[in-house]
Amino acid sequence: MEFAELIKTPRVDNVVLHRPFYPAVEGTLCLTGHHLILSSRQDNTEELWLLHSNIDAIDKRFVGSLGTIIIKCKDFRIIQLDIPGMEECLNIASSIEALSTLDSITLMYPFFYRPMFEVIEDGWHSFLPEQEFELYSSASGEWRLSYVNKEFAVCPSYPPTVIVPKSIDDEALRKVATFRHGGRFPVLSYYHQKNGMVIMRSGQPLTGTNGRRCKEDEKLINATLRVGKRGYIIDTRSLNVAQQARAKGGGFEQEAHYPQWRRIHKSIERYHILQESLIKLVEACNDQTHNMDRWLSKLEASNWLTHIKEILTTACLAAQCIDREGASVLIHGTEGTDSTLQVTSLAQIILEPRSRTIRGFEALIEREWLQAGHPFQQRCAQSAYCNTKQKWEAPVFLLFLDCVWQILRQFPCSFEFNENFLIMLFEHAYASQFGTFLGNSESERCKLKLQQKTMSLWSWVNQPSELSKYTNPLFEANNLVIWPSVAPQSLPLWEGIFLRWNRSSKYLDEAYEEMVNIIEYNKELQAKVNILRRQLAELETEDGMQESP
Amino acid sequence: MEHIRTTKVEQVKLLDRFSTSNKSLTGTLYLTATHLLFIDSHQKETWILHHHIASVEKLALTTSGCPLVIQCKNFRIVHFIVPRERDCHDIYNSLLQLSKQAKYEDLYAFSYNPKQNDSERLQGWQLIDLAEEYKRMGVPNSHWELSDANREYKICETYPRELYVPWTASKPIIVGSSKFRSKGRFPVLSYYHQDKKAAICRCSQPLSGFSARCVEDEHLLQAISKANPVNRYMYVVDTRPKLNAMANRAAGKGYENEDNYSSIRFQFVGIENIHVMRSSLQKLLEVNGTKGLSVNDFYSGLESSGWLRHIKAVMDAAIFLAKAIMVENASVLVHCSDGWDRTSQVCSLGSLLLDSYYRTIKGFMVLIDKDWISFGHKFSERCGHLDGDPKEVSPVFTQFLECVWHLTEQFPQAFEFNEAFLLQIHEHIHSCQFGNFLGNCQKEREELKLKEKTYSLWPFLLEDQKKYLNPLYSSKSHRFIVLEPNTVSFNFKFWRNMYHQFDRTLHPRQSVFNIIMNMNEQNKQLEKDIKDLESKIKQRKNKQTDDILTKELLHSVHPESPTLKTSLCFKEQTLLPVNDSLRTIEGSSPADNRYSDYAEEFSKSEPAVVSLEYGVARMTC
Repeated sequence: MEFAELIKTPRVDNVVLHRPFYPAVEGTLCLTGHHLILSSRQDNTEELWLLHSNIDAIDKRFVGSLGTIIIKCKDFRIIQLDIPGMEECLNIASSIEALSTLDSITLMYPFFYRPMFEVIEDGWHSFLPEQEFELYSSASGEWRLSYVNKEFAVCPSYPPTVIVPKSIDDEALRKVATFRHGGRFPVLSYYHQKNGMVIMRSGQPLTGTNGRRCKEDEKLINATLRVGKRGYIIDTRSLNVAQQARAKGGGFEQEAHYPQWRRIHKSIERYHILQESLIKLVEACNDQTHNMDRWLSKLEASNWLTHIKEILTTACLAAQCIDREGASVLIHGTEGTDSTLQVTSLAQIILEPRSRTIRGFEALIEREWLQAGHPFQQRCAQSAYCNTKQKWEAPVFLLFLDCVWQILRQFPCSFEFNENFLIMLFEHAYASQFGTFLGNSESERCKLKLQQKTMSLWSWVNQPSELSKYTNPLFEANNLVIWPSVAPQSLPLWEGIFLRWNRSSKYLDEAYEEMVNIIEYNKELQAKVNILRRQLAELETEDGMQESP
Repeated sequence: MEHIRTTKVEQVKLLDRFSTSNKSLTGTLYLTATHLLFIDSHQKETWILHHHIASVEKLALTTSGCPLVIQCKNFRIVHFIVPRERDCHDIYNSLLQLSKQAKYEDLYAFSYNPKQNDSERLQGWQLIDLAEEYKRMGVPNSHWELSDANREYKICETYPRELYVPWTASKPIIVGSSKFRSKGRFPVLSYYHQDKKAAICRCSQPLSGFSARCVEDEHLLQAISKANPVNRYMYVVDTRPKLNAMANRAAGKGYENEDNYSSIRFQFVGIENIHVMRSSLQKLLEVNGTKGLSVNDFYSGLESSGWLRHIKAVMDAAIFLAKAIMVENASVLVHCSDGWDRTSQVCSLGSLLLDSYYRTIKGFMVLIDKDWISFGHKFSERCGHLDGDPKEVSPVFTQFLECVWHLTEQFPQAFEFNEAFLLQIHEHIHSCQFGNFLGNCQKEREELKLKEKTYSLWPFLLEDQKKYLNPLYSSKSHRFIVLEPNTVSFNFKFWRNMYHQFDRTLHPRQSVFNIIMNMNEQNKQLEKDIKDLESKIKQRKNKQTDDILTKELLHSVHPESPTLKTSLCFKEQTLLPVNDSLRTIEGSSPADNRYSDYAEEFSKSEPAVVSLEYGVARMTC
């Protein structure tokens, strides 16, 4: 298919662009295969380059022959184009609609993007499972790398390499895979150096209504327990939901078959409930006319912060099992690709100082989201403005980022990255020139040959010039476990994401800059003092030498 | 002390307010003449000033003892369990007596002694001079003059002695107008905008009823509008909801009829009265005091309390004032019913938006002195300093502070002071430790001889100002830079640091603000160190060249002169430790065991240390 077929009108002059915080600009609108470009052809105005894949929905309306297209982006921004001429407007609108909803992944921009920067480190190879495993293996002889899933045959949503208990052979893993949803047998997610306790994750056990059991499964997870110790299973579904799952062949671990495990049910929402929550929240934030009561009741009705609290609480609970109770944890929901990953990754943010560094956080996303098989392509297909509600669309990853932001706010010096880093990840998860978030699993990425055909986000982000934008100037390594408060009074709305286009952040940005200046100045002064002290010391020794006969 | 029967109770438990697992600390409770003191087994002290106690409640006896819940005006809530009911009863009764004094003379300020002599104390009181402040605004001038009409408090008891009025307003006009205004509070100047030549004036409601008029009052308003050479019309802002103002007409009060006053534009802005505000805050506190509060209950409680709606209403009214002056160049007259609650809020906040001086530490004190203290905001009644009518208590001043806080959030560089300053002032409007906020008007304060018998808060705050400085403050801004806050509802947030000041588990564990504040301090020290070092190096270098010269000379002339051999004595300056002491990295010290609250599953009790040491520093300012 040629993009040209989709572009009915490639160029329109005298288009007026309205966007938040900028004065209206008149210029020429161009459509390319992947971008919508508006240029005023004047030196002093910025051009608009918008990826079609960033467009969530469009509205059009006409007053006489003047058409208006309202473009709602996946990053929640809303821009407006006034286009003279009804035909042009209709053409542009239908072109945008077609180009922003391409169904073939290989037509996406990452496959066409040619980087203008020199790749110092190829991000596709930055976080190999083997390297990650080395970080653990030194401390423990109880785990091994398994290549049982090399051909993605055992579990289509797992990566080729997984970490499993040393005492369990691949044959047993194959058996366990048949007992777990989607073949997602329990694998290691996190190893707590301090006490050797672990977080494992999996899909739900397929017990069904007649209470099927699997000896290998029991053996596998029991292999992670120390003698005489009990472990915890955190089911991210309420008991009720978990019980209902049995009718569809799913289920949960029966006490009788897992006597060494204590099961705790939490209730983290999934799918359309989350998507609706996001839609309601963004709608509330975008309406500036709400009076106070209406705003608060809309904010409440969105339930967004309730989800945040629930996810964070569950993550804290998992971290608490590990660090305070000294017990290992197995976490799963139904598929083990959504709420499970929110919990395992947030627990690591709480427990593991390395995951609070830039590099460590990237590794966490690579390991716990991309390789763990979170279906990004499906979940991030649409954002807050979509009309066609699909069951698989859900802001699972955005909720995770919001939770990280909440912890970052409570421990502003313990993270190497800043809020902008999280915002950047949100944007790229929904629309990007990089291939990192394409596909739903490693096997899909493999088939798409993303490593060969697209650029990794990490290749770009990890350049020093880019990194500086995302570095938290207040960062100071904190080796402690950090326990966030989950009281509603401690969990504010993430304004940097949800109010980003609804109010100017000029004064806040200036204040941030001033803060950076103070920190930079402090470093400068300290360096200068050190030089001067050395100088003085040298002079003093010189003097001493002169004075001594 | 006749009220104190038991001075010390041992084995008292202090419960963690928000813990769902009933964490507690055991310690000893002491009752002193001024404070209730709890010392836990880690020797941590919790001081509670008797005057801060808003209510004491004795709950039903439990197996572990008798629960005693104390709610403070600074939003601290403590929950003790006293083993013996008898002790609990004694303490309860003592606190009831001690927290509600009948006479001003029994308040802490009259016994508080910070070890200053009389002249220091007097100097403290003279720190803020309102005559100076009016001069700074640019009055008196050709349009405004100082009136001596109220010199003896004869016209209005609740106004200060010195009032500024348009020079065309003669004494008969003033007297006539004052008779037509509630409590005699006739229109006077609150703020003069030198650049725009426009004024903010304040008064109380007119006694207009359904049709009454007063020629003098009409004259006075005309004089005010004429005192503005640029714009002849002026706004009259009635800060009440229209319905309330109309209801007042039946009682012979009411609001200005536009037909009777030439060149006024009348406007209601709809701020609710003190009773609505009191119950709104009560609801807010009820909601956020709930254990295991859900997000939905929090927001629906926040909504139904109406608190943020009221805050927004005050802010909107202040913005109306600032716009009238900046955009239309028009003067504004503000009133409510008596002109000492909503009027004080709106006038002071309006001035703060207009004039950057009020955003400095000193200027903010001046603003409070002018629009709140001198114009007769009834601090003692609103804060319940004495055992009086509970219906007179209302968080009007707290709302003002909250509005200012919202502004500091939107304009992080516009204020010289920080949040701690606002919290400290709030602490002291209730503490009765200083004389500033005692009494309900200037006349009463003079009768109490506060300047002789008590101390002023301001010099103590100024002395400590390092603690209250905003490190991001940009002082370069021009005096008349107007703040134009965004008042879309989503900008108004729950002020956790005020209403949960003492609930440390709810706060961020690391404060960017403190780090930057310390770093700023450190930078100043480093600058000094660099200067010192540079001058020492210079001295050294000079000395070396001198030494070479003198040595040559000495060698030729006096080869053995011992006097020149004395080397300068340098003391090695120790630098501030940089990364160790300034940044205290907190993670999960075992003391802050938030973790036991994530799930009921682990509800075994752990020794908790609730950090309440904050209060000590605050109360011994």
